[in-house]
Amino acid sequence: MSIHTISIDGQTVPFEDGDTVMSAATRAGIYIPHLCHNPEFTPHGSCKLCTVKVNGRNCTACTFPADEDQTVLNNTPELTELRRTITQMLFVEGNHFCPSCEKSGNCQLQAVGYHLNMLDGHFPHFYPSREVDASHPDILLDRDRCIYCELCVRASREADGKNVFAIAGRGVLNHLVVNSASGLLKDSDLQASDKAADVCPVGAILVKRHGFEAPIGARIYDRQTLAEASLAREMRPEGAENE
Amino acid sequence: MSAIDVEALLTIVRNHGNRPTQLLQILREVQDRFRHVPHWAIEQISEVMGVPRTQIQGVAEFYSFLSLEPQGRFHILLSDSISDHLLGSRELGAYLCERLRVQPNETRNDGRVSFAYTSCTGLCDQGPAGLVNGQWLAQLDRAKVDRIVELVETDVPLSSWPAELFGVADNVRRTGLLLDNPVVPGSALRASLQRGLEATFAELEKSGLRGRGGAGFQTAWKWKFCFEGPEELAVCPTDKGQQTVERYVVCNADEGEPGTFKDRMLLHSHAHQVFEGMTLCADIVGARQGFLYLRGEYLALRPTLEAVLAERRTAGLLGNGILGRPDFDFDIEIHMGAGAYICGEESALIESLEGKRGVPRNRPPYPVTHGYLGRPTVVNNVETFAAAAAIGLKGGDWFAAHGTEKAKGSKLLSICGDCERPGIYEYDFGVSLAEILRDCGARDPLGIQVGGPSGVFVSAREFDRKLAFEDLATGGSFMIFDQSRDILAIARNFTQFFAHESCGFCTPCRVGTSLLSNTLDKICDGHGTPHDLVELTKLGKLVKGASHCGLGQTAANPVLSTLERFPELYESRLKTISFEPGFDLDGALATARRLSGRDDALAHLEQEGL
Ligand SMILES: Cc1cc2nc3c(=O)[nH]c(=O)nc-3n(C[C@H](O)[C@H](O)[C@H](O)COP(=O)(O)O)c2cc1C
Ligand code: SF4
Ligand code: SF4
Ligand code: FES
Repeated sequence: MSIHTISIDGQTVPFEDGDTVMSAATRAGIYIPHLCHNPEFTPHGSCKLCTVKVNGRNCTACTFPADEDQTVLNNTPELTELRRTITQMLFVEGNHFCPSCEKSGNCQLQAVGYHLNMLDGHFPHFYPSREVDASHPDILLDRDRCIYCELCVRASREADGKNVFAIAGRGVLNHLVVNSASGLLKDSDLQASDKAADVCPVGAILVKRHGFEAPIGARIYDRQTLAEASLAREMRPEGAENE
Repeated sequence: MSAIDVEALLTIVRNHGNRPTQLLQILREVQDRFRHVPHWAIEQISEVMGVPRTQIQGVAEFYSFLSLEPQGRFHILLSDSISDHLLGSRELGAYLCERLRVQPNETRNDGRVSFAYTSCTGLCDQGPAGLVNGQWLAQLDRAKVDRIVELVETDVPLSSWPAELFGVADNVRRTGLLLDNPVVPGSALRASLQRGLEATFAELEKSGLRGRGGAGFQTAWKWKFCFEGPEELAVCPTDKGQQTVERYVVCNADEGEPGTFKDRMLLHSHAHQVFEGMTLCADIVGARQGFLYLRGEYLALRPTLEAVLAERRTAGLLGNGILGRPDFDFDIEIHMGAGAYICGEESALIESLEGKRGVPRNRPPYPVTHGYLGRPTVVNNVETFAAAAAIGLKGGDWFAAHGTEKAKGSKLLSICGDCERPGIYEYDFGVSLAEILRDCGARDPLGIQVGGPSGVFVSAREFDRKLAFEDLATGGSFMIFDQSRDILAIARNFTQFFAHESCGFCTPCRVGTSLLSNTLDKICDGHGTPHDLVELTKLGKLVKGASHCGLGQTAANPVLSTLERFPELYESRLKTISFEPGFDLDGALATARRLSGRDDALAHLEQEGL
């Protein structure tokens, strides 16, 4: 029954109390690129991919509250370039070997790269040395691909009630740590059926023995654009399953 | 680990009442006792406090002064602030390492000593400076280093080291409005009581006082917003008697901006006044608990500060029933930081107060309405509270008669770098850079970094500019560089500082500061091309515009402001080709050469740009 509205790229978009710019946009079927955001969990605001201009200032759509008299710019060449650069940063910071990654075609980082017409990494690669944890019988953790979106952290805490993951370190030395005495996934209480095992937008956390169930070419973003797939998933009412 | 170790650990935890908000304080003491945060301690703390291991590990790895690997029984840090560099700290550090037979970031095999560089120790007026087991070492030279080496090698406990090694001076060179009118303990609170709280608040508003920490927010407004509280608590009392919501007053004594050390002097010599300002604030906003967030580098000040707090409790200026008023309870607790510049950012500071990693929060909501434990919280700078106390005593007009239209009152400056008399100077706002340079004896200055690395580099052509919110705003850092200095080396030092201190939460800052730093390295090492300058500007603008908090939003300032003012200096370092790869092909083969034991001409590669 709300009559509040904001404007996104000239389009009038209604919002309700408690809406962020992102949630109002999603409900209206407007796609704003994002990686660390997932409507099922507390907004985070770390990847900065959803940066929009609100009344002339850069804001993250996923955390910024919608309010009267907001003129939001989303789909502009300037913002696309900014988002492309941020995506390139995420690629060069980790070790992403898309052709050999099981997540190819289902990976949001890769898909967002396509969406933004990213043709190269642009920056020199960091080639960090990151640990792979294959100890768990059912789940693989390949830190090479982690983008610190903390979705697994939030999912474990908020959906599974377990606190399996956290980020430790500072700055470029940030790394994902696992809550167990050995620091290994096998000694944690993570289960393959947990939300946290299923929420990673990239290929850092994978459930084992499901590789290539859908062949490359028939995967999520092979069939749908990222915008279509994201909206289809996220426009559904709260509580719906994600996938 | 022995039973004694476990008992010592449990005692530390118990002394902090098992409270998760005390986690950082607990880990500091664990580090102190065991020279690191041992794995078994993480397990124990997790068990008795019910805090996930990952949170403990996260905190232990976030703060520079905590470590998971054992440090030496003597842990020596040398400041990497540019002012210390100018005084030869790097050469001195190399000498110290050589004499002690340690490498930076390593602990000697016998576990006796370890050495590292640290961002800034807050002694930029008396460098080269450092810390040994958290205690200040000022004005180091080879003779002092020799003495330190001897003390370390003969295992003399720190408590028996000669006092002259630890001497730190206030170095106040010029006083003004604030320092000339010190507040006698209790007098501001009594004046305010007499006048009435509302009237005192009106004086604060009239004074026009703006925050001294850099951003310059109106102090009266901040206190008012805190008092009014968040909208969802609209039942908020307008009358203190009915108060139900806890409020907090926090003094930001993180002072991490390299080149800033005026709060160090205030805390050392005017702590009463700072606490009086906090108490006045508590009275006005209705807070019962205050915190002094003291940066880890200022550990040496802690005993003095605790003594002043105790004095105030005895004098009825803190604790229950302040000044005999049954409705006025307020006390102040000291929280120590542990080496993280980002914790000066107010929401990161609050996270740190809550015992977490210092990651800035999303805004809105702001700390004034949703701060410590989600409650309305005032965070002000040390100098802001000191000024507020003086205003509480002398009134708003007294203060507003000084300064400029938009910047009332005076400002304390911390001056260091190439001048004869580094130290603390107080001026009314509106003072010109030229006047300051004259007073401190700067000869042949090339430029000044105003406001620290996050501020701007002002060149000699701009010395008629004024210090005021209308022109050059500053938290108080004033670093002078003479004509002999290399601007690129300065920009590089600052950029490395930000890359080291980025919390890593958001992509543009975490990755961007590293890219900026790497590109500057490339240019300084003689491999830069015109292409890199274009890249540097683009990257700088992105990091500035897209970062989550003030750190990232200012991290590119050193690069951008020097590129704008001294493009010819950058250009003179470039190769004439337009592009050169960012990595060294030949260098990358070094490992292969070492493994194969081959180092002939054919084992090397030539690399040419376009
Ligand atoms: C990275 C960063 C570091 C900061 N460090 C400090 C500091 O050391 N001391 C300080 O008072 N304010 C610091 N600030 C500013 C604080 O966030 C905040 O604005 C200030 O404490 C408010 O107090 P004031 O209104 O009295 O200035 C910092 C801000 C940022 C973004
Ligand atoms: S593992 Fe995946 S979900 Fe977790 S922080 Fe990394 S990228 Fe995000
Ligand atoms: S801008 Fe930098 S310091 Fe601030 S939140 Fe982002 S990563 Fe952290
Ligand atoms: S989606 Fe908004 S910051 Fe990541």
